[in-house]
Amino acid sequence: MAQTIPLSWYLAISAALFAMGALGVLVRRNPLIIFMSVELMLNAANLAFVAFARSFGVLTGQIFVFFVMTVSAAEVAVGLALIIIIFRNKHSIDVDLMNSLKG
Amino acid sequence: MESSGLFSLVPLIVFLPVAGLLINIIFGGRMSEKAIGAVASAASGLAFVVATLLGVALWTGSGEAVVVPFADWIHIGDLNVAWNFRVDTLSVLMMLVVSGVGTLIHIYAIGYMHEDVRFKNDIGRYRRFFVFLNLFIAMMMILVSGDSYLMLFVGWEGVGLCSFLLIGFWYEMDTLGRPSFANSNAARKAFIVNRIGDFGFLIAGFTMFWWFKDLSFAGVFSQAEHIASIAPGVILFITLFLLVGVAGKSAQLPLYVWLPDAMAGPAPVSALIHAATMVTAGVYLVARSAPLYTLVPQAQTTVALVGGITALFAATIAVGQHDIKKVLAYSTISQLGFMVAAVGMGAFVAGMFHLVTHAFFKALLFLSAGSVILGLERGHHHLPHGKLGSPKSPDFEHLATESPDSLHSEDVFDPGDMRNMGGLRKQMPVTFWVYLIGALALAGIFPLAGFWSKDEILADAFHKFPAVYWLLTVAAFLTAFYMGRQVWMVFFGKPRHAAAAHAEESPKVITIPLMILAALAVLGGALNLPGVHSLTLWLEHTIAGVEAGEFNFLVAGLSTVLALTAIALSWVLYGRQPLIEGQKDPLKKLLGPIFTVFERKYWVDEAYWAVFVNRYVDIARFLADVIDGRFWHDFVHEKVIAGTYNWLSRTVLDLRVDQQFIDAIANGLGELTKHISSGLRRLQNGFVRSYALAVLAGVVVILGYLILK
Repeated sequence: MAQTIPLSWYLAISAALFAMGALGVLVRRNPLIIFMSVELMLNAANLAFVAFARSFGVLTGQIFVFFVMTVSAAEVAVGLALIIIIFRNKHSIDVDLMNSLKG
Repeated sequence: MESSGLFSLVPLIVFLPVAGLLINIIFGGRMSEKAIGAVASAASGLAFVVATLLGVALWTGSGEAVVVPFADWIHIGDLNVAWNFRVDTLSVLMMLVVSGVGTLIHIYAIGYMHEDVRFKNDIGRYRRFFVFLNLFIAMMMILVSGDSYLMLFVGWEGVGLCSFLLIGFWYEMDTLGRPSFANSNAARKAFIVNRIGDFGFLIAGFTMFWWFKDLSFAGVFSQAEHIASIAPGVILFITLFLLVGVAGKSAQLPLYVWLPDAMAGPAPVSALIHAATMVTAGVYLVARSAPLYTLVPQAQTTVALVGGITALFAATIAVGQHDIKKVLAYSTISQLGFMVAAVGMGAFVAGMFHLVTHAFFKALLFLSAGSVILGLERGHHHLPHGKLGSPKSPDFEHLATESPDSLHSEDVFDPGDMRNMGGLRKQMPVTFWVYLIGALALAGIFPLAGFWSKDEILADAFHKFPAVYWLLTVAAFLTAFYMGRQVWMVFFGKPRHAAAAHAEESPKVITIPLMILAALAVLGGALNLPGVHSLTLWLEHTIAGVEAGEFNFLVAGLSTVLALTAIALSWVLYGRQPLIEGQKDPLKKLLGPIFTVFERKYWVDEAYWAVFVNRYVDIARFLADVIDGRFWHDFVHEKVIAGTYNWLSRTVLDLRVDQQFIDAIANGLGELTKHISSGLRRLQNGFVRSYALAVLAGVVVILGYLILK
């Protein structure tokens, strides 16, 4: 255990996860997939928090991760409810059909 | 000294009548007719008492002029005019005549107006009449008592105003009570013709001020000789322009035309203003200006000729008139001609003497004529058909362009037309006798007042100015003739109208003043009997260099013979064979067209109408239509001012500035915002993913910036 994994590696994985999540949000049309991609981005951030907390030896980052997980759980609950309502009205959940707020 | 105390009373001659009219204006509404008449008569009568006291003061004193300062009036630069009263023998003589005859006429008017307002259906106008009458007395007193030409002019204009108000007293009807503008037109005619005369007076006054720097009588007369020596034309200029004023006020050629029309006023007005007092103001003015006139013989000649020609001219017209008051009006013009001729010749005393006696007998004649007219009105009222139309508002259609004589119609009874009279001496004995006395006095029959005064004028003219003497002698012959004609037509023969047959004598309030005036007409000659010359002695304190006229038996005899011949001639024509109803005037058969010329008054009114009035109306129309209408209104106002304003507001400010500049800025801003926003709204496509991409891109850019900074 003398040799620990360097911080940059964690950060690289976190960045890769965030990029994959962002790409998923931008390119997928199924809102469920988009939600999963959003979760991926949140967790990429969580990973960065934890990695920094470990590296600097403080607990702040660890605690913040719990908050993020809580908020994301709540967000999913609201988001799924919205999706159900949209489906009831439009009989589809394709995000490209949801453009009624255009200028 | 006691007499100087009396002189300080002189403002009362003006302010007593003013007090009378104020009482009648303020309290008259609650006073009875008798009380109103009594107040007015008392005001005039007290003024007569004051004038008498002034006369006594002059008589017992030195007789020289006394100037009583009363109030400051004008102080501008060199012009200094105060309201001072001048008490001298001339002004006191005028005051006595004005207030004395005036008071008798006031008393007469109590009875006359009582009936007149009832015949004319407007009882409320009774009070107004006495207010005007008192105002006239006050103004006439200002005229005769003023110490300067300007104060004289104030009174001069004031009496002109009263004349206007009283001629147009029944302004909404004609003399027969029909709705018409005839009376108000007569009033305006008098006022306008008098303005022409006043213009001459004003020019004279301005010239006087320019050369003398003073308008008071004493100041002007003391410098007159000096000015005459350095600028001989000035005095002539002043005196001739004063003559224009005299011709206007005293109804001389060519401005006499207003006086016959002025008979539209009630009889007391004709007697007081248009026979006894106001119209003699011109004679008074010439007598007052004696120191100026005696310096310029040319002016004297002109005045005398104007007077002489007027005397003859008006006498011929009087011969052809049918209206009882019109005859007297032309007679008044003629007699004023006698006076003007007299003062023009320098016979100032004779002129003033005739002024006084004429005031007596002509006031008497006019008042008696009023009594005759009232008598006929009463007779007409008693007839079954006797109904006087109540005046309605006049017809405004034919307002100004009516010729003066176009209103004659046969179906309305005219109580002033002598052709409707006849035989009145039985119905109206008092009126007949006083009328006869007045007529004989006017005709110049010995020993009545007119004989002495007219004879003095004729005698003076015989010596000084033979041409005028002959003019006046012929005029005197005609005077006796037309007065004889009038007396025969009115009082003798048989009634030519039912109203004349039923005529009634007037009440005592009317006949007593007539009797007093008749007594004065008989005795007035005593003022200046030949050999005694009391009036000459009286006036020589004021008018320098008057000489007592000699009694000329040749002149007196000739004029008496002529007067008697004329009366006899009038008897042959009108008395011997009484006129019957509808008969043509006997003189018309004799003279034919010449009588028509007299009857139509030489067509002077028509000529004035054609030469002046219609031309004036043409000018007025031209000014109204072309200058005011087309040029001023249509061109200057509509085109230039309104057009420029419209062009400025519509084209420049509205279109160019507001629409094309200010609106363009506002609209341009709006368009610009619309363009920008229509570009921007394409970004707002509603796809959440594209927003997310934009957010990502933004984050990348910000981070990139932060990292690469």
